[in-house]
Amino acid sequence: MSGEAVARDGDGLENARDTFYLVEKDTHDHGEAHTGGATMLGFWIYLMSDALIFATLFATYGVLSTSYAGGPTPREIFELPLVAVNTAILLVSSITYGFAMIATQEGKLNGTRTWLVLTGLLGIGFVGVELYEFSTLIHEGATPQTSGFLSAFFTLVATHGLHVTIGIVWIGVMLVQLAQRGLHAENQRRLMCLSMFWHFLDVVWIGVFTFVYLLGSIR
Amino acid sequence: MTDATHTARHEDDAHAHDAVHSHGDTHDHGSRRGYVIGFLTSVVLTAIPFWLVMTGTLSSQWTAILIIAFAVVQIGVHTAAFLHVNTKAEGGWTLLAYAFTAVIVLIVIAGSLWIMYHLNTNMMPMSVPDTAP
Repeated sequence: MSGEAVARDGDGLENARDTFYLVEKDTHDHGEAHTGGATMLGFWIYLMSDALIFATLFATYGVLSTSYAGGPTPREIFELPLVAVNTAILLVSSITYGFAMIATQEGKLNGTRTWLVLTGLLGIGFVGVELYEFSTLIHEGATPQTSGFLSAFFTLVATHGLHVTIGIVWIGVMLVQLAQRGLHAENQRRLMCLSMFWHFLDVVWIGVFTFVYLLGSIR
Repeated sequence: MTDATHTARHEDDAHAHDAVHSHGDTHDHGSRRGYVIGFLTSVVLTAIPFWLVMTGTLSSQWTAILIIAFAVVQIGVHTAAFLHVNTKAEGGWTLLAYAFTAVIVLIVIAGSLWIMYHLNTNMMPMSVPDTAP
């Protein structure tokens, strides 16, 4: 009797000390599949720190955006139709990922996998178009070494492209995880983190196409 | 689907959400409708700036002001519709972190542009040799 009381006391103490854990434990106890209060917030803080990286790159680009050093100007090298295509691809991939999350919520494994595959393919399309754009620019002699403007441009846009590439790899990993283990709580949490990551990259792209491509083309 | 099943489904949804919310996971995962509305709004908010720049309908100054305004609104739409940041998600902590980050991002970008603009102005004689005889 007293032993049980001590055990319960110990439990209570542990819970009191570790509030974030209490939340996660509680979710498990009730058999609720959605987990990860603290994980979600932690991942969100990471994304915010990533936003700061992009902020410094945007600031660098803003400062150097008119330093052409005799090289080409944005209006001469940017192809807006190509950028519009890429913007559309990324925007559509946002809603396909959204549908993957809804399929996850409804417990539909196949639906989740289909939408994830579609999102991954759109991501590959985006990176492909971007690489095509970069190779065209470099062929035209607009290399990162040409001017401050182009250095900052390639750094900013390629950092975003690298993030998208990592997102595609993550989608691939999730597809393997889903194939092996299905939609269990951990995978759902991972999909939610990936969802934030993917939509965050779309938000960064809004900044890129507005401040780099569109503003550059009317300067 | 009949009305009855529809209602039943809605109630189920509401229950599921209650369960989720009362047990600590306060992250809103959004609904199909929310995603579609967010997507359609974003399409419009993306198409108009591209159209303005590619056709050159307005003066470049007005175009610049408008496309920046559209970008700000679209970032807001994405944050609400896709990232589900609101006062309830994670007890408001994601919103607080988001607001804090937004302030820092603005300080970093606006501050850099401001300072470097003045430095550039002071350095301007660099271009004089081009025009000098």
